[in-house]
Amino acid sequence: MEKSLLEVKDLNLHYVVFGGSLKVLDGVNFRVGFKENIGIVGETGCGKTTTMKAIMRILGMTTAKISKGEILFKERDVLKMNEAEVQKFRRREISMIFQDPTAALNPVFSIKSQIYNVIKYSQGTEKKLTKKERKDLATKALSDVMLPDPERVLENYPIQLSGGMRQRVCIAMALLSDLDLLIADEPGTSLDVTIQDQILELLNELVRKKGISIILISHALGIIKNITHRTYVMYAGFMIEAAKTTELFSNPLHPYSKGLIASVPTLVGRGISNGIPGHIPNYSNPPLGCRFHPRCSYTMPICKVEKPPFLTVSDTHQVACWLFKKEGDKIGK
Amino acid sequence: MGTQAPEDVVERLRVEMHYDKPIFIQYYYWFKNVLRGNLGISLVTKHPVLEDISELFPATFEIALYAFIFIAVVGTAIGVFSARYSNSWVDNLGRIFAYFGIVTPQFVFAIMGMLLFCYVFKILPSMGRLDPTLTYPAKITGLITIDALLQGNFIVFFDALKHLILPVLSVGLGGMAQSTRITRTSVYNNMRKDFIAAAQSYGVPDRVIMFRDLLKVSMNPTVSILGLQFATTLSNAFLVELIFNWPGFARYGMTAMLQKDLNAISGVVLTVAIFVMLGNIFADIVNSFLDPRVYLLSTSKE
Repeated sequence: MEKSLLEVKDLNLHYVVFGGSLKVLDGVNFRVGFKENIGIVGETGCGKTTTMKAIMRILGMTTAKISKGEILFKERDVLKMNEAEVQKFRRREISMIFQDPTAALNPVFSIKSQIYNVIKYSQGTEKKLTKKERKDLATKALSDVMLPDPERVLENYPIQLSGGMRQRVCIAMALLSDLDLLIADEPGTSLDVTIQDQILELLNELVRKKGISIILISHALGIIKNITHRTYVMYAGFMIEAAKTTELFSNPLHPYSKGLIASVPTLVGRGISNGIPGHIPNYSNPPLGCRFHPRCSYTMPICKVEKPPFLTVSDTHQVACWLFKKEGDKIGK
Repeated sequence: MGTQAPEDVVERLRVEMHYDKPIFIQYYYWFKNVLRGNLGISLVTKHPVLEDISELFPATFEIALYAFIFIAVVGTAIGVFSARYSNSWVDNLGRIFAYFGIVTPQFVFAIMGMLLFCYVFKILPSMGRLDPTLTYPAKITGLITIDALLQGNFIVFFDALKHLILPVLSVGLGGMAQSTRITRTSVYNNMRKDFIAAAQSYGVPDRVIMFRDLLKVSMNPTVSILGLQFATTLSNAFLVELIFNWPGFARYGMTAMLQKDLNAISGVVLTVAIFVMLGNIFADIVNSFLDPRVYLLSTSKE
């Protein structure tokens, strides 16, 4: 197997809440190769954002606790890094674009002071920038994301910008440092479709130009289909299917993936489908065995007792479902 | 005027102070005088009220000023740390401390502090603004510490500071506890926002996030409360002033109230009212600097 840039192994995470805990992530496994575009799909609340925040180690100010698992980035365990190493890791190797650009910009600082602060820490302490260099860098970052009149944007506060402009500012800030992996958490979801399209095109182009990997989380399956090489389907805190994107869309295996892909509305033909009945489970008391079994129409007795392992169907396709266990496959545990 | 005063003398005073007129006429006379800087003559001290107040006010203002700084700095710092380490022992200690501060009356702190530091340990003075062996510095602002500093008299400065410690703590602890709780709540809520996670993801150190990004966005409620607390500190200091024999204005107001010295009462109330107003205006100005949304939204409505 080729070398991975990022490898998440059996990540378990829960949130401590009053009177118990929410077991949100239950054995997340996935990998990202060098210069590879990865898509992650799954319904709201399945733990996509939490996984990404865990990778960046930015859950520190919440009540999340990681109970098990490894996050290997270039073969170093992110979870075992000390504070200084984590900061260097965030500054030099990884970056994240948040879901809601309005919430991701601090409302009380001007764009200038936010960008300058990022520049100050992302460039490290070894080289001191002059005021002019700093300004040029900030202006260039903003014009790279096709923001008109970057000089004026620098002076503005987030509330003076439109949603699309805020999203561009967020992307500019995320791409300020030299990085290897960009996590894009539903970029543009809160924007209208044309702006969303522009943003994603821009992102795709920047990523290609810089030669970095990207993890794209999105509900827009069309975008996933166009941009990513491989796609993971996530459900209630674990990965249920992984495949080459084209393969996943043409031949989804897991009952959930089938439902998800079938639920994309089409203009001609069957119209809006019924989707998948039911809701994402309650994390304080998740179902035993496969977490999808209460909603699955193919439930077998084993689904209710034991969590399905990731089964390799072909070189490019893996699925976590008992339906695809062949005779003679050895089951761990 | 005692209870034995003859009828005609009482009547003469009533006419002199316009008490025989309807209340709005009385208000008119009072307000006209106030605008001319005349607050009337104290019935007890027989001095003009304005003179009395300007004589006594700096002493109280000195306590209020230091108490306010204490409330603002210490209260906010404890609040931020309580939020950052929420539900840990730091937070719980801060919480106990805060509730203790809120429920305990000022004079209890004053008496306990006096007992402990003046009687048992004998490290702090218990009375007055300055040691009797020292002479007061020439009056510039009326605040002994600042006057002493301006004149480079450090012995007086440190002695005055020593005299201030206990009154300031007694007056300030309650307010500090309040601002601790408010800051904690505000910081705690903002800590979970995406922009904090975003700042972290750009590699900004936690220390900078806490005291720059997080504090600025969380300070609005604290600043509003601080604006109110400044005036409260001024008027609520009377028991503390009584205990520490502090020649202050809150005590003067209390005495005036007990002796029905109407001119002095209205003078004191007016002064406090002015400071309530100033405190609020100042808080609003500070808030609009802290949060651009305050003025950006109010000007964009044209």
